[in-house]
Amino acid sequence: MTTHAIALAILAVVLAWPVPMALVRAEWPNRAPGAALVLWQAVAIAGGLAMVGAPLCLGLAPFGDSLPTALVAGTEAGLSARPVSLPIASFLGLIVAAVIAGYLLAHLAATVVRVTGQRRRHLELLELLSSPHPTRSRTRVIDDERAVAYCLPSGVGSLTVLSRGLLDELPADELAAVIAHEEAHLMQRHDIVAIAFRAWHRALPWFPVAALAEERVAALTEMLADDHARRVADDGAVARAIVTVAERAHIAVPGDPFGDDGESAATVLQARVSRLVAPRPLGRLARVAVMTAALALVAVPTVQLTLPPLLPA
Amino acid sequence: MTTAPTSSLGELERAVMDTLWDADGPRTAYELLDSLEDRTPAATTVLTVLSRLEKKGFVDVERGSRPHRYRPTAARAEYMAEMMHQVLGAERDRQAVLERFVGGVSPADAETLRRLLTRPS
Repeated sequence: MTTHAIALAILAVVLAWPVPMALVRAEWPNRAPGAALVLWQAVAIAGGLAMVGAPLCLGLAPFGDSLPTALVAGTEAGLSARPVSLPIASFLGLIVAAVIAGYLLAHLAATVVRVTGQRRRHLELLELLSSPHPTRSRTRVIDDERAVAYCLPSGVGSLTVLSRGLLDELPADELAAVIAHEEAHLMQRHDIVAIAFRAWHRALPWFPVAALAEERVAALTEMLADDHARRVADDGAVARAIVTVAERAHIAVPGDPFGDDGESAATVLQARVSRLVAPRPLGRLARVAVMTAALALVAVPTVQLTLPPLLPA
Repeated sequence: MTTAPTSSLGELERAVMDTLWDADGPRTAYELLDSLEDRTPAATTVLTVLSRLEKKGFVDVERGSRPHRYRPTAARAEYMAEMMHQVLGAERDRQAVLERFVGGVSPADAETLRRLLTRPS
């Protein structure tokens, strides 16, 4: 299984830097955000499998040819009364695998707990500071003159929140676009992807790829939601809605501490508007190629972790 | 004791907080009951609501006086600011907590966006 360990280690390195950076810099994702999002998730899953799998295969190499048989043999040996002598490389491999897996899972759990707590608090405030929308279910209205729209994913109790300023400012078609956009976030469970990539970033804060990946994935989910809105309103209405809300999100209120989000936020908005004004969807063949690549990416470590080597050692 | 369904309990919580926030001083449960006349809640329901609000940290109880007097722990504007900060602020977790349609941009960036709309494709 040492060959597996080496192959997985190479995959882990490739997926840690070159592939994600290429994906960050590529232009095609804006033209096929759904496919790009699937590819990003494949990179994350395959990367995680490779990062844990490489040391794990090294650690269990003395016990068998493939990971499942080695796991069984290793567990049996561990549970038996006989003392087990392990080469130092294997011992280290097991420790490293356990540490990496534990570290990543711990950060995921911590992120889920933190984010759920913040959502619960926000929900408490919303219940007291907003009123139910007169006609739409699971929609609340906040009494703020700024144009604000957001959704609070909360499982069954998910809510869409609109401000009075938004309702007063937007014409009917743009309002429909905004509402459809938020509903897309809830229906497509973008919050799951957001939490996963947030946890990845928190686990590796010094790693630029993790921060860039989180940003790119967030931008892609916005574009996906925009695409959903295009089914309800025409492209122009969605684009106009984005611009109007951007202009009215911060009406000058004296002492308003909310500065703008910075350069990257403006870039994402420009990309969102541009792709609506002049859509250039990726061709069918290209999209199929992306999905195939995503599948292959996850298949490689899966195969490595479940099957013995094709060639005898 | 009749138990109100949760959704209307939520509405009652909001009505009670609105009354407390608009009032110029602490109120007793009976004064609150009076001001909520149009909803005709039971006295026990109002006490339940006040107890829930106290647990969530929105209401302070002055137990020294008889009957107990209730007041909000902070002004409505403070909670509003906290809530809006979560939506518009730059908290790192925000993208995972809630998803907003558009974030804040500078007036210059907003103008750039407006110009993008009219650019010929």
